[in-house]
Amino acid sequence: MLVKDLVEKFDLAVTGGKSGLDREVTEGYCGDLLSEVMGNAPAGCAWMTVQGHQNIVAVAVLREMAAIVITGGQIPDAETIQKADQEGIPILQWPDSSFSLAGRLFSAGVGNPASE
Amino acid sequence: MLKKIKADLHIHSCLSPCSDWDMSPKKIVQKSLEQQLDLIAICDHNTAENVAAIMREGARQGIAVLPGMEICSREEVHLVTLFKSIEADLKMQEFIYKHLNGNNQPEVFGHQVVADEHDQVLGENPRLLIGATGLSLIDVVEKAHHLGGICISSHVDRPSYSLIGQLGFIPENLHLDAVEVSFRVPLKKARTEVPGIGNYPCVTSSDAHFLDDIGKVWTEFILAAPSLEELIMALAGKDGRHIVN
Repeated sequence: MLVKDLVEKFDLAVTGGKSGLDREVTEGYCGDLLSEVMGNAPAGCAWMTVQGHQNIVAVAVLREMAAIVITGGQIPDAETIQKADQEGIPILQWPDSSFSLAGRLFSAGVGNPASE
Repeated sequence: MLKKIKADLHIHSCLSPCSDWDMSPKKIVQKSLEQQLDLIAICDHNTAENVAAIMREGARQGIAVLPGMEICSREEVHLVTLFKSIEADLKMQEFIYKHLNGNNQPEVFGHQVVADEHDQVLGENPRLLIGATGLSLIDVVEKAHHLGGICISSHVDRPSYSLIGQLGFIPENLHLDAVEVSFRVPLKKARTEVPGIGNYPCVTSSDAHFLDDIGKVWTEFILAAPSLEELIMALAGKDGRHIVN
């Protein structure tokens, strides 16, 4: 599934990094403690977090993520959107919890071994 | 004349919900003197309502007390802010209160006791002081600087409520004056044990919530006087002022 398919399927708002919408999403990850995410998030993931600080973009680049989804109705900082545009990392927004989106992604086959 | 100043720049009073009742103005000052500290800073969570009383008691008993606060940013990062005057600290408090929502539940989070320099209880602060403000890290640092103060990132070696724990690394556009390590990391080893500190000036403080923790660790400075002006010079390594340990 490409990031743009995810956007369409779940009606996510795209607030930055539009040039990265053709990246492939192969995994999902949830986490708000960036020190932990930096060590554990899989490459190609859609990362769900409530953090909107610009450091999330650097973490996404480091872990070679497909996209960042800011959940819980949180809003990314202006600098975060600028960095995401520079790096081509899509910043998406989802109004509900990380849990509710992660469940939908898994059911749609993202990171779900049973669907392969 | 320059001299050694033993400083514990991060002490909570009984106003912090997670702090002990015994952290009263008189007892904090007495314990600090027993620990042979020359300089302390009072940094309660998102409030400075006990600072003036502790400064008065410190002046009476002969120890320098800096007005401060430990602020929780919206990224849930704790930052120690220190000021030259109680007026500046109270202006910071006014700014913080505008961006802090919720009411305390003493049975869950603890009591928030406002006391005077005679250790008389004046009342309880009703705000949710343990909460996060709606302010970003940059908002906090800029406001502290605007009021002539400084900003030190709290316990960066810790996994929770620390800048490196929450955000992975220190953002390049954040103009911190220093970083603090907890008692768990000897100051001399801080840069190797916590590589993310980089070139930031580094101090260590007790973050005391109980009397017996005051002065558990401290930072030794070479200063002309125990004041924020001198501390700022030491953090910048100016005119012979510096951090010793």
